[in-house]
Amino acid sequence: MKKKTEILWVIGILVALVASFIAALVIGRYQIPVKDCVKVLLGMKVDDPNVKTVLYKIRLPRSILAIIAGAGLAVAGAAFQSMFSNPLATPDTLGVVTGASFGATLGIMFHLPSLGIQGTAFIMGLIAVGLVYMISRVKGESTLVMLILSGMVISSLFEALVSLIKYVADPQDVLPEITYWLMGSLAGTSFKKLYIGTIPMLIGIVILFCLRWKLNVLSLNDDEAKAMGINLKLMRGLTIVSSTMITASVIAMCGKVGWIGILIPHISRMMFGNNNKYVIPASIGLGATYLLLIDTIARSATAAELPISILTAILGAPVFIVLLRRTGGVKT
Amino acid sequence: MNFEVEHASFGYRKEPDILKDIHFQIGKGEILSILGSNGVGKTTLLKCTLGFLPWRSGQTLIDGKPWGEWKNQDIWKRIGYVPQAKRSAFSYTTEEMVLLGRNAHLGLLSQPSKKDYDHAKECLEMVGMSRLIGKLCNEISGGELQMVLIARALATDPELLILDEPESNLDFKNQLIVIHTIRDLCRERGISSIVNTHYPEHALAISHKALILNRDGTNAFGNAEEIINEERLAKAFDVDVRIRSFMVAENTHTCVLPIDIVRKSTRERGDGEIRVAMEEDEQESYRDTRRKRVSKKQTIRKEVS
Repeated sequence: MKKKTEILWVIGILVALVASFIAALVIGRYQIPVKDCVKVLLGMKVDDPNVKTVLYKIRLPRSILAIIAGAGLAVAGAAFQSMFSNPLATPDTLGVVTGASFGATLGIMFHLPSLGIQGTAFIMGLIAVGLVYMISRVKGESTLVMLILSGMVISSLFEALVSLIKYVADPQDVLPEITYWLMGSLAGTSFKKLYIGTIPMLIGIVILFCLRWKLNVLSLNDDEAKAMGINLKLMRGLTIVSSTMITASVIAMCGKVGWIGILIPHISRMMFGNNNKYVIPASIGLGATYLLLIDTIARSATAAELPISILTAILGAPVFIVLLRRTGGVKT
Repeated sequence: MNFEVEHASFGYRKEPDILKDIHFQIGKGEILSILGSNGVGKTTLLKCTLGFLPWRSGQTLIDGKPWGEWKNQDIWKRIGYVPQAKRSAFSYTTEEMVLLGRNAHLGLLSQPSKKDYDHAKECLEMVGMSRLIGKLCNEISGGELQMVLIARALATDPELLILDEPESNLDFKNQLIVIHTIRDLCRERGISSIVNTHYPEHALAISHKALILNRDGTNAFGNAEEIINEERLAKAFDVDVRIRSFMVAENTHTCVLPIDIVRKSTRERGDGEIRVAMEEDEQESYRDTRRKRVSKKQTIRKEVS
């Protein structure tokens, strides 16, 4: 009985992913018929030459980024929640998002080209987590509490630095750009950017996917996990490095995209229970679908593009509330 | 497995040793009970024994070879650890929980196979808890959770089980279930056990050997029946006890009855205990301070005049 509903969920997620992928390609200011879209994807000729341009130059890279970034943020969140055995953990628990935000605002202030902004954001994200790790080390070991507390401190430090830059930034051109960047957007993605930017995300996702069952062991307390014969330092290190790589590169490419890292893993748990063997794949599927849908709405709902973070929260909150009310937070 | 701790001592940070010259040894199918009052260092001893905390001096030997010379994963294929049952933030089903015990046998990137899964179910059956399959760990009783944790340790196929107060917080029946499970595992499968316990009766009922930790840092190790006597328990717990045996259906049962708190050593007592003899002490110290105050006043007066 239970197995049956789970298989239905899996099919449901896959169908939703494919459907939203096609929707993302055909919907927009320039409407493309589904038939033409499929034809172009299969390499066949269509009458309208614009179709190919719109698909390959704009929508296809953007949709692929949405899929990878959404999947990545959801997996990173699920992994952190398991590692800290705390349902409130997010990909930002160790300060990577605020660190990357600071890097990006810095890049914007110095008028760097978009690839430069991505670079500074990615590097500052890594630096922030590196700092957190260094601060939390006491006698060669970092306890989870120390990691969380150091993460909070570094987060608020970088947040203050972002505020500082916003305060001194030119309100005519730099400040709006920073503000818009901080709200997140997938606009302006090309295949070239995709090749560079998504490699860290893909590596991180693959590592966490391979470690998915081990994340269950990691969620036990220190002594229990050690007694299961796990190399705690190595496992924690791998989890932190993978999640950080994913999140830093997502933030670098798309700006601040909130909510996915906490919303999607919990929805996955309500569907499949707490076993990370299922939570991780489910998070990948649901995260990808969710960000694809959000991005499609963001660019087609109004004449001007809406920021991603606003939509993830506005659409995510009611869905989450309904699910929370119906299931009480656990799988029924 | 021959498990031995050799002249080991331990203390936290810069504090003096709390465990001094610990020495014990158990062989295949033997049960060792560790007894001692609250705060004397029983759990610390287990953590040191398990290598979670480093000994200050001395060492742990497995089959005569020092702990440090074994590969980490090889140790945890042979030793199963059963912590005190606690609920966690994310609750797994019982069989998922037991399956985690297979981890020591799996490589870094590998997933448990169908065989591991079946083995986990067998372990639940072994402790008589197969009715719990499919239930969440947060939805079963404390006694059941403790049995699930024992099953998880068994999933490792251990030669030695180390249990931290497994029968605490349980009612009579569940205590017996846990204790009998440990006994049967030793008898039928030759699995050795080291058990921290608050119940000398349980120690007498199932264990071959016993280690009693005293508050002054000394300890006594030997055969359970010889070591656990009224005198030693009185010293270790500051409690006057009587040990009596009687027959029920041709089996000897032993009970340990606490009679009263031993008063002479009340001042040495630690924090974790109820201070019954307080009044006496307090009155005395009150008298002391008064005496001092009076004499102080007198000296002041003398100086003034």
